[in-house]
Amino acid sequence: MSHGHHEEAHAHEPVGYGSYFITWFALVFLTAITVTAAGLHLGRTSVAVALTIATIKASIVLYLFMHLKYEDAAFRRLILIMIGFFGIMVGLTFTDVLFR
Amino acid sequence: MSIPAHAHGAAHGDSVALHVHKDYRGSKFAIWLFLITEVLLFGGMFLLYSVYRAKYPTDFHMAAEELNTLLGTINTLVLLTSSLTMALSIAATHHGNRKLALWMLAVTILCACAFLVIKYFEWSAKFHHGIYPGSAHLAAFPRGEILFFGLYFTMAGVHGIHVLVGAVLLTVMFIRVLGQPAGKVSFVAGHGLGNAEGGNVAIVDHDGNILWKGEPIDSSIQRIDVKTKYWPVKSRFKIEDFNQLENSGLYWHIVDIVWIFLFPLFYLIT
Repeated sequence: MSHGHHEEAHAHEPVGYGSYFITWFALVFLTAITVTAAGLHLGRTSVAVALTIATIKASIVLYLFMHLKYEDAAFRRLILIMIGFFGIMVGLTFTDVLFR
Repeated sequence: MSIPAHAHGAAHGDSVALHVHKDYRGSKFAIWLFLITEVLLFGGMFLLYSVYRAKYPTDFHMAAEELNTLLGTINTLVLLTSSLTMALSIAATHHGNRKLALWMLAVTILCACAFLVIKYFEWSAKFHHGIYPGSAHLAAFPRGEILFFGLYFTMAGVHGIHVLVGAVLLTVMFIRVLGQPAGKVSFVAGHGLGNAEGGNVAIVDHDGNILWKGEPIDSSIQRIDVKTKYWPVKSRFKIEDFNQLENSGLYWHIVDIVWIFLFPLFYLIT
């Protein structure tokens, strides 16, 4: 029996269970950091710290849990286009809001 | 990428007869496109949040104090864990471990329910204190605090609906995985069957006893089909078996990502 044409449909080799536990641990660790940082009352930088940690966490979920690591460039490009457009949306809104 | 669905196999000389080829990469791409519209839906609300936050920084600080950080943190951990079990469930299908895939999927659904139950208690307490959209008590608050709670109830509410939809979707997936698919393996003339001429098909049990023996195979036999109730094993793994589960998983992870941003922006910035 040959299953040759199935092989091309394989997204990637099966990922081991262990790596997902490490990913989860990293996410829990980052949550602990963000909660602790909020308790320190860092003032104006607290928003930047919280958003930076949230972005790192989201990237980990996208890259490892959502298998973006194993997808081809088209998927990654899609995400970059989305981030780009959202950036334009936020940027243009604030050029208005901040200078009124 | 866009290969039209067509039956191939026997006609192509492949051993698997009438295998309907579907565009799995295309379906995954479509899910990603949908997820992007989801991100932009929440993105619009985050933009509104950031504009009002810039305008009323003190009011947002005061209002955020009202939210229960402990419950928010527990819900964050619940969703992160559900993301882990979702990924483990898909990995288990890759490894051909159906039992683990079902267990992990069940834990994911339980986490989704736990999130909603915690949210229920959290919101009940808020409502009890007179903090809910359109309440007279809330109307007496400073303008920025009214905006904060308006955004909080809208965004956490829309997110909660997504969790509910996710729980239903994953339950459907659980039922699908439970009713495992039937498969068919075919041996086609000229591809392994040629050598079988003169022989026959037999069903043999564990001890080597022949339970059933078919007619001798002659040149008129073109194909031998074996119908199976299969679950993918590592050596014979088909994308059909996990494609829908993986696509549902992608949706579930996006729900988690939205919460990853909601949590610090509403609960932690005090």
